[in-house]
Amino acid sequence: MSDAREAVLARIKNALGRSPEEDVRARERVAAWPAKAPPGRIPARGQLAPEARIELFTSMATRVQTEVERVTGAPAIPAAVGRYLRRHNLPQKLVMAPDPALDEADWASQPLLRIGRGTASDDDAVGLTLAVAGIAETGTVLLASSAARPTLLAYLPETCIIVLPTDRIVGAYEQALALYREDAPGLPRSLNFITGPSRTGDIAQKLELGAHGPKRLFVVLVDPGSPAGQPA
Amino acid sequence: MQPTSLAFADKAHAALDNPALQSALGSIKTGWQAGRGRAAEALPEFEALRDRGRDIKNHTLQHLDLYLEMFEANLTAAGGQLHFARDAAEARATVLDLCRTAEARAVTKSKSMVAEEIGINEHLEANGIERIETDLGEYIIQLRKEPPSHLVGPAVHLTKDQVSDLFAAHHGGPRIEDPAALVAEARRVLREKYFQADIGITGANFLVAETGTIVTVTNEGNAELTQGLPRTHIVITSLEKLVPTMDDAFTLLRLLARSATGQEFSAYTTLVTGPRRPADLDGPDRLHVVLVDNGRTKMLGTALQEMLRCIRCGACMNHCPVYLAAGGHAYGWVYVGPMGSVLTPQFAGIEATHTLPNASTFCGRCEAVCPVRIPLPKLMRHWREVQFEKHLTPPTTRFGLQAWAFLAQRPALYRALTRTAATVLGLLGRGTGRFHRLPLAGGWTASRDLPAPAGTTFMAAYAKQGGRPR
Repeated sequence: MSDAREAVLARIKNALGRSPEEDVRARERVAAWPAKAPPGRIPARGQLAPEARIELFTSMATRVQTEVERVTGAPAIPAAVGRYLRRHNLPQKLVMAPDPALDEADWASQPLLRIGRGTASDDDAVGLTLAVAGIAETGTVLLASSAARPTLLAYLPETCIIVLPTDRIVGAYEQALALYREDAPGLPRSLNFITGPSRTGDIAQKLELGAHGPKRLFVVLVDPGSPAGQPA
Repeated sequence: MQPTSLAFADKAHAALDNPALQSALGSIKTGWQAGRGRAAEALPEFEALRDRGRDIKNHTLQHLDLYLEMFEANLTAAGGQLHFARDAAEARATVLDLCRTAEARAVTKSKSMVAEEIGINEHLEANGIERIETDLGEYIIQLRKEPPSHLVGPAVHLTKDQVSDLFAAHHGGPRIEDPAALVAEARRVLREKYFQADIGITGANFLVAETGTIVTVTNEGNAELTQGLPRTHIVITSLEKLVPTMDDAFTLLRLLARSATGQEFSAYTTLVTGPRRPADLDGPDRLHVVLVDNGRTKMLGTALQEMLRCIRCGACMNHCPVYLAAGGHAYGWVYVGPMGSVLTPQFAGIEATHTLPNASTFCGRCEAVCPVRIPLPKLMRHWREVQFEKHLTPPTTRFGLQAWAFLAQRPALYRALTRTAATVLGLLGRGTGRFHRLPLAGGWTASRDLPAPAGTTFMAAYAKQGGRPR
């Protein structure tokens, strides 16, 4: 289909009708474009101080039916998960991202909780994974796919639990992507910005949750614990 | 899909007499229309973002060849494959070819308007490939064998009762009334299909040149399951979805959901860069992007270039008094409302669609709410001019316009005639001040009264005051 490629590009060049000199200037404009983004592109609400960001994240997330609980230290995560599952009358069973960062949590504190590691299958009712960042401006979490963080954990199960360290809550989408890029070269297969559980208005414009993805979204905010890894 | 746009007037009449449709359309005002207003109000930077959105799109279109080459290089580097298609037929052939190579028997689809535009649905089915729409609204209209009636809510023309009947007829089992149970039933039926599909087809909201990334936006999460479960992911999209950078995509994303449904952000925004990495536990092995021209390059460098800024939010139709009365199906093709009245003549030919640019009162609300400030009335006027030049205007309209032009060029005669008409109508309407019925104005008086003139013309009143404002 390279004929089609040449034809379409020729149509575009023809329609734009640049002379060779104009073409040089056009290439300069394209090269200069990323630096020319005007200030004010990021809304003021995306530029708050850390504690205000956490508050805005929580209130925006709650407005779109995300449940948020804040705990101190990674070891406290399992207890929050156990409470959440009991509160919603869900089985104490989940499939969890095979990410070593989650091993710091005190899973032994929840003896009833059965945990599988890997990506989700259709039989899994609850999936748990880690976020790269939280975005205060709309209460959004950002997930990035990797061997340790399969994407389907956040889409197949009816309940999705996402662990988000509070020091990874930024103001705006751009900053969340920048945070990801600090740790990784290039981009992952999939970056998922998630703002509340799955929803649809396709039946008579009435909001229903859990159209295809999760019916419930629970974000566990984790404040840094004491250096020994014990809750402060 | 052959356009049936020439039947606009008949379909609009039928729509007005359809209480279920009118009730469904009425909820757009209280839902998406009001929501857009609230969301715009809640973000002080919204108007500045609209300017920026317009500028990003203008810059991209002005350098489209360069950004296209950049996108191609980066998509390829990430392991994806780009396929160009000059027109709808070539796009259909390309997609079918990819399906055959993958030995696909079943495909799941997440909503793509370009896929509708190129008529891929019928083509796949005609070639023995099962196609399942996963967006709930698209699934509903697939079962009803209807085209979408709205960009964002393809089944917005239906009431809950109609969906209850539909599901009962197709899924078997008892008729369900509860909307939550209807959604749960669709979830169960479609969940199975995701796992059976050999290929997932999605559209794209944006294509990011600097990284070769495909951006999809959904509220249901169906795009992620559509592209995440089968081995092959095909993206059907078009040239004007390109933006230079990720930051540009974020700017436009800040406009999209707010303009579409009044949400601050849609539930799922996904940025796909290439297929599954070797160590990944999920994701497709192959990523193909079919990039469709289908008349878009003909719009470049013309008055219609501005239309290529469109980000398919649907705000123009949500605010259009004609759309909100006539519904999407009256427009007779894939794209509806004001944006459809500009695009459809381009894609399907003005000869078969010349009713569309006339399906507007030019009230200007579409332009007032367009997130990328497309001058939709101006572009519809462009098509009216083409229509007139091509002698597609009905003889009565043509005669009327010519008669008016004759008078407008003869001010003395024009004033004499309007003076006589104002005097006579003023006298006739003295009693009630309005006409319930009037010869030659039956279309107007059928649904409302015509106010009687004051008995004198503006020019006469103005002259009487000595040419000064009162």
